[in-house]
Amino acid sequence: MKTIYVLWLRQLKRYVRSRSRMVGSLGQPALFLFALGFGFGPIFQRAGGGNYMNFLAPGVIAQGILFTAIFSGIELIWDRQFGFLKETLVAPVPRLTIMFGRTLGGATIATLQGFIVFLLALLAGFRPVSLASLPAAFVVMFLISFLFTALGTAIASTLQDFQGFQLIMNFLVMPLFFLSGALFPLQGLPGPLNLIASLDPLTYGVDALRSTLSHVSHFGLTTDVSVLCALTAIVLVIGSYLFSKIEI
Amino acid sequence: MNAVEVKNLSKKFGDFIAVDNISFEVPHGEIFAFLGPNGAGKTTTIKILTTLLQRTSGEVMINGFDPVKNQSEVRKSFGIVFQDPSLDEELTAFENLEFHGILYSVPKQLRKKRINELLEIVELGDRRNDLVKTFSGGMRRRLEIARGLLHHPKIFFLDEPTVGLDPQTRNQIWQYIQNLNQSEKITIFFTTHYMEEADRYAQQIAIIDHGKIIEQGTTESLKKKTGKDNLEDAFLALTGKTIRDEKASATDHLRMRRALWRGTSRR
Repeated sequence: MKTIYVLWLRQLKRYVRSRSRMVGSLGQPALFLFALGFGFGPIFQRAGGGNYMNFLAPGVIAQGILFTAIFSGIELIWDRQFGFLKETLVAPVPRLTIMFGRTLGGATIATLQGFIVFLLALLAGFRPVSLASLPAAFVVMFLISFLFTALGTAIASTLQDFQGFQLIMNFLVMPLFFLSGALFPLQGLPGPLNLIASLDPLTYGVDALRSTLSHVSHFGLTTDVSVLCALTAIVLVIGSYLFSKIEI
Repeated sequence: MNAVEVKNLSKKFGDFIAVDNISFEVPHGEIFAFLGPNGAGKTTTIKILTTLLQRTSGEVMINGFDPVKNQSEVRKSFGIVFQDPSLDEELTAFENLEFHGILYSVPKQLRKKRINELLEIVELGDRRNDLVKTFSGGMRRRLEIARGLLHHPKIFFLDEPTVGLDPQTRNQIWQYIQNLNQSEKITIFFTTHYMEEADRYAQQIAIIDHGKIIEQGTTESLKKKTGKDNLEDAFLALTGKTIRDEKASATDHLRMRRALWRGTSRR
């Protein structure tokens, strides 16, 4: 327990100390909110979609979480290359504990980042439908954070260096985001896109956030949360196997 | 019972035999030097002894425990200073030690006490709350040594602990290590490329080359056997004068790149 805490604390300290990373990772969500939010707002309204900012904000919050979470997981490569991972791997602590502590830390950071994007969205004119469902929204944020930190950690367990990082960004993170329905409604999509979107884990995260923040949902909150939980369990199992196989 | 017992140990990476059927033992309380050219199999052996790598065949006992079967017991019984830096640079000296103490379940009061003592011993007491990224190479090394000792290990592995340090710092570090060996009876297992360190401090020396142990004994016996009057010549007589090229790993590339970025900031 104490071990998990100290691993968690380490991730948080590193995050708080690297302000540039914190501010840097807000750039993209801010751009999406302001450029797309205000740019597409009028046409979305005219097409009968209602307030685009209210539609877009949960998607952008999910985006902020996705990027931070995957990156927190991928940070494992950093630890491996700068040697700190060895220090944790020779300690008399089960690997599962180490992985869990790290993932929890990364997930907390991603949730915080999501919360900051949420505040940014408020600034841009986003208004959550009810205050009562805010706690539920934060739980969903944490769930998304946990899923994608675990995914990042699992992927990083198989990588030796940052050569593959660009690959992950362009062929995993970007598609996860753009195909998730974060930017557009899922209703009436062309067949193939609809299929891809429904296979994208982030789709359920975005939908769950929309359902708690804006009270519109495509699949329903129960489906969303069940899918997210199931996927998290699967990723954790695979991830802990890969993590246990790390040799330095 | 010996602190380290290795019998017919081998490690293969695919077709490549990194460690080839080696056997040796290190009695409790001894200072043992494990010497060899680059790529001879030193670090691979240490990784196997310290549970980081699985052996292909053979037997290993660390403090009476098998690193494969009793991983946790083995891990509790040794401390290690790795060849490469392994500190978290974004944490302070104190936080790095605190993290280690918690991972090794050293109780809080004792942890505080030992951290303070160790920081004084390695003369980093006044830098305890500074981030490690502001430390010089020598300071980092000293901090790693303090960290490796925090849980009072029975065996202390040091993989090239003094590489890249000036004679003053090397001398200082060896003073600590010798003191520890004498006062706490900690077994010291170290590798180095500085032959005079092995000559001066080691009671037993094993020389490994191409994965095989080619000679074992005291510095005197090695000199006698080769007919040379210093250990460096004895070492060259045993291992030859060809320069070994290690295959550069991803870590080496990154280390190089990092050194370029940092340039002068690393004193």
